[in-house]
Amino acid sequence: MALHKVDYAKENGLPIVLTTVDKLIQWGRSNSLWAVSYGLACCAIEMMATGAGRFDFDRFGTIFRASAKHAEVMIVAGTLTKKHAEFTRRIYDSMPEPKWVISMGSCANTGGMFNTYSTVQGVDRIIPVDIYLPGCAPRPETLQYALMILQKKIRKEIPRRKQKAKRLV
Amino acid sequence: MRKKLIKDTSTKNYYEDRFYVPLESKKIDVNETIFKDDLASLDDMKIIKSYVEYDQMVVFIEKNDNLKALEKLRDYGYEILTEISGVDFIEKKGGIEVFYQLLSIKHKRRARVKCFVKQGEFLQSVTALYKSADWAERELYDMFGVWIEGHSKLKRILMPDDWYGYPLLKSYPLQGDEHAKWYEVDKIFGREYRDEIGEENRDSAKVDSKDTFNFSRLYHEAEYGAKPPKEPYLQEYQEEGGVPLVKKVKRDKFKILKKRR
Ligand code: SF4
Repeated sequence: MALHKVDYAKENGLPIVLTTVDKLIQWGRSNSLWAVSYGLACCAIEMMATGAGRFDFDRFGTIFRASAKHAEVMIVAGTLTKKHAEFTRRIYDSMPEPKWVISMGSCANTGGMFNTYSTVQGVDRIIPVDIYLPGCAPRPETLQYALMILQKKIRKEIPRRKQKAKRLV
Repeated sequence: MRKKLIKDTSTKNYYEDRFYVPLESKKIDVNETIFKDDLASLDDMKIIKSYVEYDQMVVFIEKNDNLKALEKLRDYGYEILTEISGVDFIEKKGGIEVFYQLLSIKHKRRARVKCFVKQGEFLQSVTALYKSADWAERELYDMFGVWIEGHSKLKRILMPDDWYGYPLLKSYPLQGDEHAKWYEVDKIFGREYRDEIGEENRDSAKVDSKDTFNFSRLYHEAEYGAKPPKEPYLQEYQEEGGVPLVKKVKRDKFKILKKRR
């Protein structure tokens, strides 16, 4: 039977969903995470693959934005050099609250194999990170899973409360 | 306050032959090879040393003759300057050996012009002869600290403008000196936050078992500084009871497909 032919009044009435406003807001937030496309090195290729057709980030409501001002999640994918560190912080600062960070790949987590003078040994030295995603390079499924964990984390948060400073300063 | 670690490694020279030193390659007199005319084009110039090694001509010249020598070789047929770089001989000879790698499409051969720049000396820019020297000379300055005279924009190219030290010198530590260690903290937060943020952890496999704040406890997450919950969350992606409007997948009600649809 086609949907429009269902007579709700005749059966048990309209379907009703009960939830709290908090949950509804966070559920909405978690399902429309716009990510600032922040690819720095090889991991960015995997991030692109995750955004593309086969893995399809759009079905999570995650759309890559070129502008930090419309984004709420920053996926740092790749090697962060000392020269670039200042700009990463600036982009993070220009994102509106609330915001989250996924650190993608060994390089972003710990500097990876680049234990040298020019590489920042982990983005968490300059910005607070929510999810660390291991691998070199992580497969697109791993990024998907990281996003799903982030979604879950967001759904547990309370939107009205002022967010505590996460790390660093 | 953390004890200050002042270890200025930038002044110490680590140069020594720690590694296997291969036997010297075979060097042939230039006048016995096809490079005879190439060398002859540098007719009246002072040539310190010249030989052919691995089918390439190598010519050592005086530092001040580099413009003149390259111009003569260019006129002879070396149209392309592929690379300029240096070798650190500060410990051994007190300077840097700069080489110019040339390619001739016309004659189908390569040549290398070398000169020795002592510390504190200037080198003439060759950008007027070869456009490609522009960036290569900036890199030479950035990585070796060789000052180039007559370059239109001599500043750092790979490292930040306020970087201290020249990373390709043999005296430069691989993991950076004291300045490099704190670079991003000083720049972004200021020196007063050094204690709060701490040194770079150079050991990526290091696990601090006492650190219960900075590890992501999957399914045990808590805010920074907060106590983690005693009971772990259900180890499944979907929340117990489901998200509103989203059906919960039941683990016991799955179906295995015989073949792909
Ligand atoms: S973690 Fe591996 S794949 Fe990712 S940026 Fe670093 S080197 Fe490249």
